[in-house]
Amino acid sequence: MSEAAVPASNANANATEKMASLVREAENLKTKLEEERQKLNDVNLSNIAERLEQIAYVNIKPRKVLKGHQAKVLCTDWSPDKRHIISSSQDGRLIIWDAFTTNKEHAVTMPTTWIMACAYAPSGNFVACGGLDNKVTVYPITSDEEMAAKKRTVGTHTSYMSCCIYPNSDQQILTGSGDSTCALWDVESGQLLQSFHGHSGDVMAIDLAPNETGNTFVSGSCDRMAFIWDMRSGHVVQSFEGHQSDVNSVKFHPCGDAIATGSDDSSCRLYDMRADREVAVFAKESIIFGVNSVDFSVSGRLLFAGYNDYTVNLWDTLKSERVCLLYGHENKVSCVQVSPDGTALSTGSWDYTIRVWA
Amino acid sequence: MISQSAAGQSAAQPPQPPTATALAVPSASHHQRGGKNEDAPNILVYKKMEAIIEKMQAESTGVAVRTVKAFMSKVPSVFTGADLVAWILKNFDVEDVTEALHFAHLLSSHGYIFPIDDHALTVKNDGTFYRFQTPYFWPSNCWEPENTDYAVYLCKRTMQNKTRLELADYEAENLAKLQKMFSRKWEFIFMQAESQSKVAKKRDKLERKVLDSQERAFWDVHRPMPGCVNTTEIDIKKAYRRGGSSHGTGSAGASLAKNPVEQLTRIIALRKQKLERRTIKVSKAAEALVAYYDQYNEFDYFITSPELPNPWQTDSTEMWDTEKNSKEVPVRRVKRWAFSLRELLNDAIGREQFTKFLEKEYSGENLKFWESVQEMKALPQSEIKEAIQKIWQEFLAPEAPCPVNVDSKSVELAREAVNSPSGPNRWCFDVAASHVYHLMKSDSYSRYLRSDMYKDYLNCSRKKIKSIPNLFGVKR
Repeated sequence: MSEAAVPASNANANATEKMASLVREAENLKTKLEEERQKLNDVNLSNIAERLEQIAYVNIKPRKVLKGHQAKVLCTDWSPDKRHIISSSQDGRLIIWDAFTTNKEHAVTMPTTWIMACAYAPSGNFVACGGLDNKVTVYPITSDEEMAAKKRTVGTHTSYMSCCIYPNSDQQILTGSGDSTCALWDVESGQLLQSFHGHSGDVMAIDLAPNETGNTFVSGSCDRMAFIWDMRSGHVVQSFEGHQSDVNSVKFHPCGDAIATGSDDSSCRLYDMRADREVAVFAKESIIFGVNSVDFSVSGRLLFAGYNDYTVNLWDTLKSERVCLLYGHENKVSCVQVSPDGTALSTGSWDYTIRVWA
Repeated sequence: MISQSAAGQSAAQPPQPPTATALAVPSASHHQRGGKNEDAPNILVYKKMEAIIEKMQAESTGVAVRTVKAFMSKVPSVFTGADLVAWILKNFDVEDVTEALHFAHLLSSHGYIFPIDDHALTVKNDGTFYRFQTPYFWPSNCWEPENTDYAVYLCKRTMQNKTRLELADYEAENLAKLQKMFSRKWEFIFMQAESQSKVAKKRDKLERKVLDSQERAFWDVHRPMPGCVNTTEIDIKKAYRRGGSSHGTGSAGASLAKNPVEQLTRIIALRKQKLERRTIKVSKAAEALVAYYDQYNEFDYFITSPELPNPWQTDSTEMWDTEKNSKEVPVRRVKRWAFSLRELLNDAIGREQFTKFLEKEYSGENLKFWESVQEMKALPQSEIKEAIQKIWQEFLAPEAPCPVNVDSKSVELAREAVNSPSGPNRWCFDVAASHVYHLMKSDSYSRYLRSDMYKDYLNCSRKKIKSIPNLFGVKR
């Protein structure tokens, strides 16, 4: 008994010591990193942007309200045709809207509630969705009956699927999950082409880099980090920290060299990949609720951010100022997305509606 | 009619936490789930709101709380909506009354302040009276009151035959439902309600008024009136979330919940990777972001109005219809081709033009190779192997009919990848393809932009366009 106890306590002491030394090392590296980055932090983005004219106001108004879901809208995606929208909801339904006429064109009921994510295929002929069922399911867009009959499960995670996108092809789907991984799936066979391990918290959002190769993507997680991944190797090529709480949303700047994040710490941040650091924080004392979703306008100057306080804030990313607030939703704003041609903004909310602003 | 009493001071302090016996919320059910996760997203917001509420209750700098005399009775410990909104405007960086009112509404819907006689938790910017909720009932205490508690509460209300305590229609309906649901233990519920009611009757009249309203507001938060938002609902993702727990070392940042050693090792590796990375100055990155805006602002329809009316603003689909008709390519679109090779290739007509140009120059194989590689990468896994062989044979093999100008190193890499024992993957030509891309970018693309072919096309589309409507929303 006692013989066994001694090495055990030794092992404990060793483990504690090892932990302490790891914590020290992590701290030292952080300090060193901050010193190194500080050397290149010669000026603020907002100083450089001083020469730009101020955006006094933006003529943006609610144009359409899409009503039909019977519970919280959790995710929306614009069709490549610039006028259709797919939405998924806590009511377990997937609705395809002609947002321009506000007509519902298709509705599919999933066997699960809480469909947290949905995405249009680049061809506009398929949609992928999933959520609490831990799966990503693909539907062809045909008649309602056929959609349900021809659905196919492509991939399965070990926890909820929080986000999904098609990376430039109808044949692959990239997913993020509460199991803290991301995965790239072959649609036809359901084969796992690549998995992405590295986050130590639930993955909440992913976005594909808008570059010519389409080999990189970004993920945001409850471990408060944003990672840039190489799809080919499955490795993290760049990492960004700074947020004080869950990162709920990530989006590439249209130039492809920066990302914006939205977090439960009620701030949005802009990280530049070339400078490898945070270059702007968008926050105000009076904003105390978390950010669920962010998206850029075509020029990257405006960042739309949907908050838990029912509003959408418009940030001038270059001057780090708020341009205006969009009121209208009556509950948390769960998703925001600029349309493919940049003419409109869609917002989905826990108030069961989707709105289109322009 | 309404006069202010000197009760301001004492009223600023919320009444003492009521005892469980006096209220329909037994403290036994006042459990804290999982020991209250301090950095859970909803707790984070509650803490921020509570800090604000504390400021509001500060003795001299807070919102003035009064006891108001109205006719024969007194209304204790209240403040008006107008006072509240004015205070927020003065003390916070809110833009205008709308934002201040919205802010006040959120404080109310989360149950920190409430209208003294309305089930709808919202704030009006007028003389309506509001009261502070006692900290005992704050949502940060992680109340998850059960239906039996609610039944006791509603039952108790029916015993106090005061008009102000009369059940609203929806409450009466809820009571009926609960009575059905708990028919077997209704006697027990009734007895509890009765004893609570008895205790309450012994209280001071004004104190009772305050307590009754606070208890009512508590239930207005947890069992909101139809049409009102239930702010206690949390995102299911957050309920399931495991990461980012509170065991962090603070400065070390990320969560250490799962396997602390493994996670620290990961963080260390990431930071080392960052240290090794070559970076540019922030000024350079900032200049690049501003330059990108300079180049693209005329395509940003939230900043510059489009040449044709925005379909969403005008209900006219002219813009989309014109776009589909390839005979008229607007000058803005053609201008965009000059921004980068990516822009040119992303535009179907641009790509078509560039292909024609390359054919004229007898260098079409580069683009063909690059396109073939992109198309292959988009194929289903089952077709990948065949497509790879085809690309290899057509562009890279020693006797390829359509050889591309790639350096021997990239060809060698591709050869290895194609013949790899584990089978080739869709990324095997990436190095060669990016080599070709850069070749096109630095050579053919810049010649295309200088060519008469591009200039003619640009001028041709320019003629068709009237003057571009100017910026709106940008102050000179």
